[in-house]
Amino acid sequence: MKQGKQSWLFNNGVYIKGTATVSGPKERAGPLGQTFDYSYDDLYCEGKTWEQAEQNLLDQSIKICIEKSKIREDAIDLIISGDLLNQTVSSNYTARNYGNPFLGVFGACSTSMQTLAIGSSLVDSGNCDYVMASTSSHYSSAERQFRYPTEYGGQKPNTSTSTVTGAGSALISQERSSIQVEGATIGKVIDFGADDPLDLGSAMAPAAADTIVQHFTDFNSSPEDYDLILTGDLSSVGTPIVKKLAYQAGYDIENVHRDCGLMVYHSNQNTFAGGSGCAVSAVVTYGQIVQKLRSGELNKVLVVATGALLSPTIVQQKETIPCIAHGVVLKRVSES
Amino acid sequence: MITKDNYKQSIKSYQPKPKYFINCLKAFLVGGFICLIGQGLTVFYMEMFGFSTKEAGNPTITTLIFIAAILTGFGVYDKIGQFAGAGSAVPVTGFANSITSAALEHRTEGIVLGVSSNMFKLAGSVIVFGTVAAYVVGMIRYTIQTLF
Repeated sequence: MKQGKQSWLFNNGVYIKGTATVSGPKERAGPLGQTFDYSYDDLYCEGKTWEQAEQNLLDQSIKICIEKSKIREDAIDLIISGDLLNQTVSSNYTARNYGNPFLGVFGACSTSMQTLAIGSSLVDSGNCDYVMASTSSHYSSAERQFRYPTEYGGQKPNTSTSTVTGAGSALISQERSSIQVEGATIGKVIDFGADDPLDLGSAMAPAAADTIVQHFTDFNSSPEDYDLILTGDLSSVGTPIVKKLAYQAGYDIENVHRDCGLMVYHSNQNTFAGGSGCAVSAVVTYGQIVQKLRSGELNKVLVVATGALLSPTIVQQKETIPCIAHGVVLKRVSES
Repeated sequence: MITKDNYKQSIKSYQPKPKYFINCLKAFLVGGFICLIGQGLTVFYMEMFGFSTKEAGNPTITTLIFIAAILTGFGVYDKIGQFAGAGSAVPVTGFANSITSAALEHRTEGIVLGVSSNMFKLAGSVIVFGTVAAYVVGMIRYTIQTLF
């Protein structure tokens, strides 16, 4: 059901049946390492190329999610997935391993919540019984597409971020569980004129703030209604900006806000301003956040995944960077 | 108040400033150290093989390129680059790194369409501007010499 201007309320009850997170070695060594279902010891993730590595991450996350959700693979009515690579190859190529209907989407690093929102809507409407919402990213495949060869010795500024190697999947259905997907707010494409591809935190902060503020307006809620407002990959640069922008709009999120990009790595792991990529919000949300919702440590969380919709070609043509953010509300409910 | 119109200016305080002085110092030291190695190699070739200073130039550069390529392959040069910035980018070793890293990156697409077509992806612009600059400077020198 439409809620306010840009939001959806899933009033038939959409629940998370299972989630899975898979990571690379660096993320395993980070503060959330123990929350991942599976981690590869090597950046190649048993593949021969970086692209295969990313497909393996995604494939593994879907497999584990099916296993943890205790359903048959052919019961899944739709796999909806996206990633950062051109033609969303990681998702498309991985989907060929499954005999399920598939939708590929692109929302840059907002993909995790984009797939979860679309999937939840399809489950809510009854068009699907079971939907697998997935996303992946890989440090090296992203580096080579968006920046330089991985071994190139160019100096990166401290505003840059480090793409998370990982994948996350969530299986949603109308079968009641302890975590309900209550609603979603779909973001607008926002461009405040930032043009530095090595400072995406600054570029994405206005989009995140816009979605957060719109969410409060649409649901007639306030920051106090949430235990946690989680943004995707605003990094240490974008985090204070989003707080300031929300504050200007009349919402103080200082005490409830955290950024996934600042949660996955230790400060001594040389990741500059923090982690980024489609996987960052997926591995944090589907790992630690879901576990905390289950255990009752958290009751209501707004996850706002942020995406910079840039292409290296258009950046070189001196265009600014349009960004987007999608929010999804996860709520702890009683299982019966 | 941060607005769309003043966005780029008003968020400057949130962006970490590049540490110009310390970066310059690191670049100076590492760049200088690479040149010191180069000088050492030149002296070595002159003493060992009786080359003149000019003749020792080519084997010196070749050795530096070789070392840079090996360090790139072992995944070390990018770490030096992050530390030293221009210090490791400007010398010939930086040029070698840009070629080797691109070649390594694209070996998964094959020898012809991967490695050889992408090798100069980063170094290509250096070659183009190097050639153009050499031509322009050469012409200026030639003109001045002819006139006076």
